[in-house]
Amino acid sequence: MNAVATRFGLNRDGNRRLRQLVTPEGLALPLTIASRSARAGALLIDLGIIFLSLIAFIVVLGAVGIELAGIDANASAGGAMEFVGVLLILLLFLARYGYFLWFELGPRGATPGKRMLGIRVAARDGGRLSAEAVIARNLIRDVEVFLPTFLLLGGASSMGVAGGAAALWLAIFVLFPFFNKDALRAGDLVAGTWVVEAQTARLPEAMSVSPDRSRDYRFGEAELAIYGERELQVLEGVLRQDNAETMREVMDTICGKIGWTPGQGDEREFLEAFYAALRAHLERGMRLGRRKADKHTGA
Amino acid sequence: MALALFKTPEITPPADIEAASLRSDRFRLEREVDWQRLERIVSLLEKNRPRRINDEDLLELPVLYRKAASSLAVARETSLDAATLAYLESLVRRAWFQVYGPRMGMLGWLRRFLGGSWSASVRDIWLDICIALAVMVAGTLVGWLLVARDSEWYYALVPGEMGGGRQPGADRAALMETLEPTQSAEGLTVFATYLFSNNTGVCIMAFALGFCFGIPTLLLLVHNMAVLGAMMWLFAGAGLEWEFAAWLSVHGTTELFAILLSGAAGLHVGRSMAFPGDASILAAASASGKRAAQVMAGCTIMLVIAGLLEGYARQLVPTATGRASIGAVMLAFWIAYFCLMPRPRDHAQDRGDSDEAQP
Repeated sequence: MNAVATRFGLNRDGNRRLRQLVTPEGLALPLTIASRSARAGALLIDLGIIFLSLIAFIVVLGAVGIELAGIDANASAGGAMEFVGVLLILLLFLARYGYFLWFELGPRGATPGKRMLGIRVAARDGGRLSAEAVIARNLIRDVEVFLPTFLLLGGASSMGVAGGAAALWLAIFVLFPFFNKDALRAGDLVAGTWVVEAQTARLPEAMSVSPDRSRDYRFGEAELAIYGERELQVLEGVLRQDNAETMREVMDTICGKIGWTPGQGDEREFLEAFYAALRAHLERGMRLGRRKADKHTGA
Repeated sequence: MALALFKTPEITPPADIEAASLRSDRFRLEREVDWQRLERIVSLLEKNRPRRINDEDLLELPVLYRKAASSLAVARETSLDAATLAYLESLVRRAWFQVYGPRMGMLGWLRRFLGGSWSASVRDIWLDICIALAVMVAGTLVGWLLVARDSEWYYALVPGEMGGGRQPGADRAALMETLEPTQSAEGLTVFATYLFSNNTGVCIMAFALGFCFGIPTLLLLVHNMAVLGAMMWLFAGAGLEWEFAAWLSVHGTTELFAILLSGAAGLHVGRSMAFPGDASILAAASASGKRAAQVMAGCTIMLVIAGLLEGYARQLVPTATGRASIGAVMLAFWIAYFCLMPRPRDHAQDRGDSDEAQP
C-alpha cells in the first residue's frame, strides 16, 4: 500500500496531484498539478477570447473598408485596402502563434484563461521558466490544438485514408495529457514545463487574539487528548465561518465526547476556548516531537 | 507629498501581540508585517509594475523572501493554524515564482538572442542540420528521378494550384512567362505577408512533428523537396535551369535555409528522445526542446525576410544574374552569421543544461 501511495504521489488527503518542489533554499514547497479539466477550461476561454477579438477586429476592419470604398474608388483607397489586408494576415498569424507566447512570457506565466482558473506555467525542475521553454511549449501547441481544429472544421472524412491516419496521429498529441500522471502535454514534455495551481491566499485573522477564556473553561489533559490535528482544522474552519447553527452542532458533539453538559448562548466562547486549549495542547506535543494526526491515532 | 494619493496604504502592525494566548499566534503576529510587505511587492511584480516598488522594498525583496521561507519552515513544525500555513505556502510560492522568474524582458531576450545565442544554438545542432540537409538533397533527387522516369508523377507531386501553367509538355515561352516579374508593386505587400505567414506555419509544423522521434519531419522534408525536384526537372527540360535557379534563389536561399533549420530542430528533439544518452528521456527532451525553440524563433525572422524577398525583390528584379546575386549574398550572410557570431558568455555550452543561465 505504501509503495502504491508513493508511486502515485498520494499524500495524506489522497490528493494525487500534490507534488513537492524543493527551492534553492532547501524548502519543500507543495505544488498542486492543475487538473486536466482546469487546463481544458483555460484553453477554451483563451480560444474564445481569440475568436471573439478576431471577429470584433474583422468587423471594425470591414466597416473601415466599406467606408473607404464609399469615399472614393481611386488609387489612394487601393493602398489603404492593401494595408488592411496585410494587417489581417499579420493579425491571424499573431492570434495563432503570438497570443499564448506573449502572456506566458509575462510575470504571471499565464494566459488570461489560465489566470481566471488560477493556474500557471512553471519549470518542472524547479528552476527558472526560460523564454525558450515558453516558446517551445507553444510551438508544439500548433499540432495539439490548431491542426486538429482545422482538421475537424475541414472535415477529415473527405480526405479518406490519409485523413483518418492524420486524425489518429493528431489524437496521440491531443490525448497525451491523459497518459501521464503529471498531465503533461507534448509541449510541456519538450519544454520541461508543467502547469500548476497558483491561487493566492489571504492572511486571515489570528485565532487566539480574542479575550483569554482559559479561566472560564478549564479543559483537562484527558479531555484534550481525544482529538487530533484534523479535528482542530475542522474546528478552525467552523470558527472562521461563524455560522450559529453549525457551531451549536459542533459544540453538542464536543460536549458529548468530553462528557460536559452544553450551555445555551455561549457557543462561540466555548468553541474558541476549546480551540485555543486544544491547539496549545497539540502544539506543545509538536514541540516535543509528538504529533497526533486525528482522533483515530493514539496519543 | 503630492504623490500620497497614489501610495498604497501603509501596513499597520498588529495592535497587541501579547494579547495572543498561543505561542504560535504570537510568532505569526510578530512576523506578519514582513509577510504583508513581501506580498505587496510580489503583487506589484505580478502586475508588471516594478516601477511602483520603492528602492528600499526592492533591495529588501530577497531578505523578505528568505524570512518568509524560514517562517514557513518554522510554522510547519510549530503551528497548527491551517489558514496561516496555507497563506504562507501561497506567499512563498508566489515570491519564489517572482524571485526565480524570468529576469529578462522581451527586448533583453531579443538582444541576447540576435547577439549570438541563436547562432550558438544553430551550431549546437550541426549534426541534425547535416542529416536534414542530406534528407532534403535526397528528396530533391527523388522528385527529379521520379518525374524523369514517368512524367505522370509530376501531377501527383505538384498540387494543382501551385502548377499555374508549369506542367510537363508546356513550351519554353510559357515556362519563361511564369518567371517574369510583375509590372507594378501593387499587391506585393499582401503577397509577402501571406508567404511569410504560410511558410512559418509549415516550418512550425516541421518542428512540432519532430516530437515523434523525428520521422514525420523527415517525411515532410522529403515531400516538400520532391516537389522542388520535380519542378527543376521541368525547367531543366526546357533549358531554363539557370533562370529557374536564379528565380528560386532570391528568396529560396533564405527560405530553404529556414526550412532546413526547422526540420533540423524537429529532428534534434526527436533524436534526443530516441537516444537520450545519460539523461532521462524527459530531461533530454526538455534540454533539446529549449535549444530547438531558439532555432525556431530564428526561423520566423528568416521567413519574414524570405517573404519580403519573394514578394518584392523577385518581382521587381528582372534579370537572372541580379536575382542569383541577391540569393548568393543572402546565403553567404546567413552562413557567416551562424558560423562567426560568438557565443554569449552565459549561453550554456553542454547539452543538458541549457536552462541554467547566469543567476
